Amino acid sequence: MIDVKNLSKSFGHIHVLKNINEHIYPGEKVVIIGPSGSGKSTFLRCLNLLETPTEGTISFEGTVINDPKTDINAIRRQMGMVFQHFNLFPNMTIRKNITLAPVQTKRMGQEEADETALKLLERVGLKDKAEAYPNQLSGGQKQRIAIVRALAMKPKVMLFDEPTSALDPEMVGEVLDVMKELANEGMTMVVVTHEMGFAREVASRVLFMDGGNILEQNTPQEFFANPKEARTIEFLSKVL
Amino acid sequence: MDILNWFADFGDKLYQAFLFEDRWKLYLDGMGVTLGITLGAILISTVLGMVLCLMKLSKHAVLRGPAKAYIDIIRGIPVVVQLLIMYNVILLDVTDNKMVVAIIAFGLNSSAYMAEIYRSGINAVEKGQMEAGRSLGLTQAQTMWHIIFPQALKNCLPTYTSEFIVLVKETAVVGYIALVDLTKVYSSVQSMTYDAFGPLFIIAVAYFCITKVLAVIFAAMERRLCASDRR
Repeated sequence: MIDVKNLSKSFGHIHVLKNINEHIYPGEKVVIIGPSGSGKSTFLRCLNLLETPTEGTISFEGTVINDPKTDINAIRRQMGMVFQHFNLFPNMTIRKNITLAPVQTKRMGQEEADETALKLLERVGLKDKAEAYPNQLSGGQKQRIAIVRALAMKPKVMLFDEPTSALDPEMVGEVLDVMKELANEGMTMVVVTHEMGFAREVASRVLFMDGGNILEQNTPQEFFANPKEARTIEFLSKVL
Repeated sequence: MDILNWFADFGDKLYQAFLFEDRWKLYLDGMGVTLGITLGAILISTVLGMVLCLMKLSKHAVLRGPAKAYIDIIRGIPVVVQLLIMYNVILLDVTDNKMVVAIIAFGLNSSAYMAEIYRSGINAVEKGQMEAGRSLGLTQAQTMWHIIFPQALKNCLPTYTSEFIVLVKETAVVGYIALVDLTKVYSSVQSMTYDAFGPLFIIAVAYFCITKVLAVIFAAMERRLCASDRR
């Protein structure tokens, strides 16, 4: 589904990603973990070209997305993204936040988009917030809305960039629950997170990144029970 | 008794400066000129400022360069000098309508400041907003229009208001090209009454009233725009 070949990314003289090759298959739930500065967020942001690779190619369903001739907007409409800091649009109601993209990209009419929004909001238990503004919501509510906003475009894959890192501890659960539900429905997901419990429970594959490389990857059972690399063992001993 | 005398004298001066021989009409005409120049100039600078701002934010150097140079030059020269250049050089053979000259001079001048006001408003919008819009498949233009601009507008409204008020007062130098604005009325009245205090007092109050009304209108607008900030 997403094919990454020889991906490198530098910011000036800093090499954040070093020649990464990876493939994400349909239906997979790939969880990426690793220390800060290991390049995991940058890797995720390259997948929908929020960061432009310095070298290498990224393909989505056979289309090279970092080819200047590719209509990146058309690709992004099929890839949802959830950010650490929610990035809801504060100048719009929740309903408008959710329906803006489907309507503006001509995916749906306003009416159909409204209906979709309400259905999705009901699923995450926030139907009564449709006419509220983002500033009136808690962090956990905002992040659930952000997930709904991405889902409204009916994406084929969802990218999560540390979706629970900016939340109060007691709100982490409600966001993870929505993500688990999404995983159970068969959504293809790539998740950068520090939630080891989520990785263990939901992931079909865990990638461990350090220093701009994918050092190790495995099924969650194997990964957490028998880490191979010294760096992985050291990392896990600190976070588990 | 000194105080009473002072008030009687003050009243008489005001009467001489304002009511006697319908002199209030002079102030009214002057105010019309002041407001006309200000409103014409703000219309130009609101639009041209936006164009300059977008040019300066562009990733193309051919657009960025001229905008940057324009803003630099305009900000580096006193507005009176620009007004005189406009009147005596650039528009000398184009028009002899002084109102038009003043509107263009102040409009072009204010545009440079407006561009920077808009730019600071846009830059103050979180980077994540653009990323969120783009990640949903919206184009750069769609994201700008629906997400960034409305937030930027709110950010720059207070400084926009200031610039508007500054503009009202800056037009007080149009006497240099012999336009009779509110400030210039002083000379006419003073030459009739031989009193400076009366007309100056009236003119000062008039300027204050204009700017106060503007401030009140824009404050109301700001409250409305901030509806989404309420918790």
